[in-house]
Amino acid sequence: MSAEPAIQMEDLEVVYRVRGVDRPVLRGLSITIAKGESYGLVGESGCGKTTAAFTIMRYLPRNGRVVSGSIRADGADLLTMSEAEVRRLRASTISMVYQNPGAALNPAIRVGDQIAEVFRLRGHDRSESLDRAQEMLRKVQISDPAGGMRRYPHQLSGGGQQRVVIAMALASDPTLLILDEPTTGLDATVESEVLDLVAALREEFGTSVLFISHNLAVIRKMCERVGVLYAGRLVEEGEAETVFTEPRHPYTVGLLRCIPRGGLRKDRDRLDTIPGYLPQLGADLPGCVFADRCGLVQEICRTDEPPLHPLGNGHSSRCHFHDKAAEVPYTASSIPEPGTAPANGDGLVRLEHASKTFSHEGSTVRALVDVDLSIAAGETLGLVGESGCGKTTLARVLLGLTAPDDGSTVELDGRRLAARVVKRDREQVRALQTVFQNPDSALNRRFSVRRIIGRALEKLVGLHGKRREERLKEIASSVRFDERLLSARPVQLSGGLKQRVAIGRAFAGEPRVVVCDEPTSALDVSVQAAILNLLADLQAKEGVTYLFISHDLGVVRYLADRIAVLYLGRLMEVGPAEAVFNPPHHPYTEALLSAVPTLEGEERPRIRLQGEIPSAADPPSGCVFHTRCPRYLGAICEEQEPPLAEVERGHYIRCHIPVDELRRIQAEPPPPRTSARRVEDDELTHGLTGS
Amino acid sequence: MTTIEDPAAPIQIPVRDEATIARGERLRLLVRSPGFILGAILVGFWVVCALFGAMIAPQDPQADDILNKLVAPSGDHLFGTDRLGRDVFSRVLVGAREILITAPLATLLGTVIGTAIGLVTGYYRGLVDDITMRIVDAMLAVPVIIIAFLAIVARGASRLTIILVIGFVFSMIIAKTVRAAVLSERELDYVQAARLRNERSPYIMFAEILPNVMGPVVVEFTVRLGYAIFTIATLAFLGFGADPSIPDWGRDIEQHYAFINGGIWWAVLFPSLAIATLIVGINLIADAIAQTFER
Amino acid sequence: MGRFLLKRLGLAAITLFLLSVIVFFGTQVLPGNVGRRILGPFADQAAVDNLNERLGTDRGLLTQYWDWLTGLFTGDFGTSLAQNVPVTELIGNALVNSLKLAAFAFVLVVPLAIVGGVVAALKRDRLTDRVITIGGLSLSVVPEFVSGIILILVFGLWLDVLPVSARAPTGASILTQLEYLLLPALTLVILLFGYIARITRAGTIESLDADYTRTAVLKGLPRRTVLKRHVLRNSLLPTIAVVATQTGYLIGGLVVVETLFNYPGMGRLIVTAATQKDMPLLEAAVLVVGTIFLIAMLFADLLYSLLNPRIRYSGAE
Repeated sequence: MSAEPAIQMEDLEVVYRVRGVDRPVLRGLSITIAKGESYGLVGESGCGKTTAAFTIMRYLPRNGRVVSGSIRADGADLLTMSEAEVRRLRASTISMVYQNPGAALNPAIRVGDQIAEVFRLRGHDRSESLDRAQEMLRKVQISDPAGGMRRYPHQLSGGGQQRVVIAMALASDPTLLILDEPTTGLDATVESEVLDLVAALREEFGTSVLFISHNLAVIRKMCERVGVLYAGRLVEEGEAETVFTEPRHPYTVGLLRCIPRGGLRKDRDRLDTIPGYLPQLGADLPGCVFADRCGLVQEICRTDEPPLHPLGNGHSSRCHFHDKAAEVPYTASSIPEPGTAPANGDGLVRLEHASKTFSHEGSTVRALVDVDLSIAAGETLGLVGESGCGKTTLARVLLGLTAPDDGSTVELDGRRLAARVVKRDREQVRALQTVFQNPDSALNRRFSVRRIIGRALEKLVGLHGKRREERLKEIASSVRFDERLLSARPVQLSGGLKQRVAIGRAFAGEPRVVVCDEPTSALDVSVQAAILNLLADLQAKEGVTYLFISHDLGVVRYLADRIAVLYLGRLMEVGPAEAVFNPPHHPYTEALLSAVPTLEGEERPRIRLQGEIPSAADPPSGCVFHTRCPRYLGAICEEQEPPLAEVERGHYIRCHIPVDELRRIQAEPPPPRTSARRVEDDELTHGLTGS
Repeated sequence: MTTIEDPAAPIQIPVRDEATIARGERLRLLVRSPGFILGAILVGFWVVCALFGAMIAPQDPQADDILNKLVAPSGDHLFGTDRLGRDVFSRVLVGAREILITAPLATLLGTVIGTAIGLVTGYYRGLVDDITMRIVDAMLAVPVIIIAFLAIVARGASRLTIILVIGFVFSMIIAKTVRAAVLSERELDYVQAARLRNERSPYIMFAEILPNVMGPVVVEFTVRLGYAIFTIATLAFLGFGADPSIPDWGRDIEQHYAFINGGIWWAVLFPSLAIATLIVGINLIADAIAQTFER
Repeated sequence: MGRFLLKRLGLAAITLFLLSVIVFFGTQVLPGNVGRRILGPFADQAAVDNLNERLGTDRGLLTQYWDWLTGLFTGDFGTSLAQNVPVTELIGNALVNSLKLAAFAFVLVVPLAIVGGVVAALKRDRLTDRVITIGGLSLSVVPEFVSGIILILVFGLWLDVLPVSARAPTGASILTQLEYLLLPALTLVILLFGYIARITRAGTIESLDADYTRTAVLKGLPRRTVLKRHVLRNSLLPTIAVVATQTGYLIGGLVVVETLFNYPGMGRLIVTAATQKDMPLLEAAVLVVGTIFLIAMLFADLLYSLLNPRIRYSGAE
C-alpha cells in the first residue's frame, strides 16, 4: 500500500440546507481507498452513504454544500477543481453506477451510442468508438453484443440494463468505480450474476471500488475492507472479515444481530433489534452519534465524541467502550413466547388447480398455472420466487381481489370461497386479511391512525363508540404502537411505525389467515427485525396462519414452517422449511439458495443461472425452467412438463431427475453447461420482459 | 429521493398534532408567496367592487348624458364617458358584479359534476369509462366558446344558459383531470385494503379516494374560474351577453371598439384592464396554490 | 407502431361521430319549434311552417340526422339560411384565410415559446424563470379581445405603425399581407406563448432531473452536449403533443381575433352564423373545426410515436 491511494477523503463535512438551516449529513468522514482495493460502505437509509458518493462525484444537490475537508484523487484535491477539471475527472478517473438502471439510461438513445459517447469524449472517432462500445458490451457479457448495440434501453431487462450501465462506467477505464446499491431491486439470480460480473471486471481492469449497500451480506461478498456509517459518521472500519466476525462498535454488533440468518428460527430464537430511531437529519449530536440507542451508554458518551480507536490491523472503532461492544445487552428477550405448534391435519386454506390468465392487448400471460397448495391452521407458509413468478397473483386470488380462472378452487375450512371478496360473507371477509409491502401505499394518507384501524373494527367486528376505542387501544398495544400517536397521520410516522399500523389493521378483525406480501422489504434491517418479531409473537398469541411472501430467503427461513417455490406461475417445490433449504431440492431452489450471499461468508457451491427469467407471456416448453437449469437432463426437459412428485413425506418437487440422483448430484458442484440455443432463447425474450 | 436521503423519515414522538402543523405550514407558505399576495389584492379589489360597487361608484353607471358623450378622462369623469355619456369609471366598478356571480356558479357546477364523473369513471373504468371519455373528447374537440354559441342559438342567451353550458363543458375537462388522479390512486393498496373489508364502492370513492384527489380539484377550480370569466367576457364582447341592461365590461368594449379609430381609447381601455387584472389575479392565486401542492 | 396509429385513427373517427351526434341532437332536440325559434315569436305561422319544411325540420329527428350525415359524406353540407348559398362555398374561403393567419401565428409562437420554456427551465426559480412563466401565463389567460385591443391601441393608435384591420388591399404583396396580419397574429402569439412555454419548461425540468441526465453529467460530458443530446431530445417530446392541443385554443382565439380585426375567416363566419341563427352553417362549421382539431391531435400522435423509440419499438419484434 505504498502507492498513492485511489481516493482519499479527509474530514469531510457536508451539510444540506433545509428550511434555512444547515443540517450536517456527513460528519468528519475520512476514508482512504487504495489502488485496486474494494471498499464497502454500509449503513441504513439516511446515514449519508449516497451523499458520500455524490460528494466524490462533485454532484451534490443544489442545497448541499461541502463545509470542510478534502478529497484527493489523482494527486489533486477535487473539491477545489474547476468545472472543466471536474469533467475531465469524471470522464477519466471516477465513474459511478447506481440503483435503478432503467432510469439511468437515456430512453431515446441506442445503448451502443450511449456507451460510445464515453469513447468519443476521449477523442476516438465515431467508428472506433462504436467498435470499442461493442467490445465493452461483450465484456459485460451481453449475449449478442452486435445486436445489443442497436437496442434501446427499454428493450433490455433490468439485469441487461445494469450491465450496460456498468459497461458505460468502465468504458473510461476509471481508477475508482463507485457502485451505489447497484443490485437493489434486481432478482436474486440476476443480482448474483451482476455481482460476479463486477468482481470479474474489477480483476480485469484493476479498478478500485467503493461499494455502497445496505445489504451486509453483499458487502461481505464483494469487499476487502468495510466502513460502517451511522448518522454521517464512520463508526467502525476494518477488514470485512474482521468487522463482520468481531465487530467492535455497538451499532455494528446490533446491525448484525438484527439479521435473520441461517439457523435462526422463530420458535427458538428472537431477532435482536436496535431500540429508538435514527437521529433527525442534522440533529445536534455533541457526543457519540449512537448514544441515544446504545445499550452501553455512559455519561461520557453524551458529552464527548469518541475518537476512532485503532484496534490493530487497520481495524478501528469509534466507541469509548469498544472493548465491551460485543457484550451489548440484548434488547429482546431471548426466549420467544411459547407458541402453539402448528396443527397438522387438513388445511385451513386450500387452493386447488388455481390458475390465473391475464390477457393484455392480444397476448395472454399465465400468471398462475394449476397450483395446488394447502396451509394448516397456525402455520406459516413461505412463498418464494423471483419477479413475475406469480407470488402476488396467488395472494390476490386467495384474498378475492383477483378472480382466478374457471376451474380453480379456493377453500377456507373446507368451504369453497367465492372468487371475489364482494361475494364472500362477513365471517370469510374477516378471516382473510393482509399486510401489504409498502405502508405508504397501504395506508390512506388523509386518515389518522385511529380512523384507519377504527374503520376496520367497525366494518369487520361491528364495534362502535367506546368499545371501539377500547379495542383500538388494545390493538395498538399488541402491535407496540404508542397510543399517543393514534391521532397522527401516516406521513408523520416512520416506516416501521407505519407498518405496525398496517399490521394492526390486518389484525383488527381477528383474522384466521393473514397474507404478508413482502412486509419488510421496504424497511431497514433493524426495523425489519422488530416487525418480524412482532409477527412471530402475534402468531404465537393468536394462532393465526400466515402466507408469507418474500424474496429474502433469510427472512422466509426464519418465519416459515413450510416453503413453496414458484417459477413462472408454476409450483416447483413445496415442503417443510428445512427440507427445502437442504438437498435434495429442485434445481431452481438450489440456484436461488446459491445466488444469495450469506453473512457468514461461507461459499456454497456456486450455481450460475444464465440468462434472464423468460417472459410469462411466452414460457418455455416442457419444464419451464429448462432454459436456465443447471441440472438440465436433455430433450425430456424441453418436451415434457414434469409432475409435482412427493419425494419425502410432505415434500414435493417438480423435476424429471429422480430424487436420489438429485441428492447425489447436489452434494457436488454442477457441471458447466453450454448450449448456444439457450442463449438465443433468452435474447428473444429480452424485448418482452424489458418493456 | 435520489439525492437527499429522506430527511423526514424517522420521527420522535410528536409533541403536538403535526398534521395541523403540516397543513398550517402549507397555508403559511401559500399566504407568503408574492404571487398569491398580488393575486389576492387584485381579486379582493374586484370582489369589494362586486359587493359594494353601487355604493362606491361616484355616479350612476346607467345615467345617460347625451351632452357629455365620449368625453376624455378628466376630473369630472376619471375614466371619461361613453357614447351615451355614462361615466366609464362607475361602469367599470359596477361591472364586476355580474361576472363575479355567473363565473363562480358555472365553475362550481362544473367542478362538482366533473369531480363526480371523474371519480366514477376512474374508479370503475370499463365500458362506462370508455364511453364517457369518448363523449368528453368529442366535446373538447371544439372550443368552449363555439359550444356556447350552439347552446345560445338553440336556447337564447340567458344567465342560466351561460352558466349551464360553461358548467357542462368545464365538467368534461375537470372529469378528465380527476379521472387521471383517480386512476393512479386506485392502484394504491389502501383501496385494496378497503375492498378487503368489503366496503361499498361509494364509500371507497367518496370517503377514501376523494380526499386524496382534492389537491388537483382545488387547483382545477381556480384555473377554471379564470377561464369562466374569460369565456363569459368573450361572449359578452361578441354580443352574446346575458342581459344588456346590466353594466358589463365585455359588452362595453364591444360597443366602443369601433370608436378606436377616432381616438376614443378610454371607453375600451379601462374595461379591458378590469378584465385583465381580475383574470390575472385569479391565475396568480391558482398558480400559487398549484405550487404549494407540488411541494 | 402501425397498430398504435390505427387505434388512434379509429378513436378519432368515433370521437368525430359522437361530435356530430352531439352537435346535431344538442341543437335540435331542445324544446321548441326550430322555425319559430329562428323567426321569432311575432312571425306569421305560415312563414314558420314554410321554413320548417325548407329545413326539413317537420320530419322525424332520426331521418333528419341521417340525411344530414349522408349529406356530409357526399360533400353536401346544406344551405346557409341567411345567405342562401351552399355552406361549403362559405366555409372553403374562410378556411383558407384562417389557415393563413393560424400558420403565421404558429410560425411566430412555437420557436419563441420553446426557447422561452427551455431558458426558464435552465434558470429554474430565478428571476428570468419567474418573468417568463408568470408573465407568459398572465398574458395567456387574458381574453384575446383584451390583449388585441391593447395591441391596437399601442401599435395602431398611439405608435401608429401597424394597420388595425387584418384585411390587406386586394393584390397586395405577401409582405404587405403579412404586415396586415401581424397584429392579429401577435394577439394569438400572446394567447399561446404561455402554455407552450410552460409545458416546454415542465418537460425540460423533468428531463434535467432525470437519472439519465445525471448519468450523462457524471460521464463527464460537457454541459452543452448534455443539454443537446440528453435533455432536449427527451423534453421536446411532450411539447409536440401540447402544440397540437393548442390548436383548440387557437381556433377559439380565431373566433375573437377575426371579429376584432375584421378578418373573413372561420372564426368570424361562426360568429356571423351564430348571430344570424344560421343553424346549418353553424353546425357544419363546428364539425369542420372539430375535424381539424382531431387531425392535429392525430398528427401529434404520429410525430410523437416517430420520435419516441418506446412506441416505435413497442411489443414483440
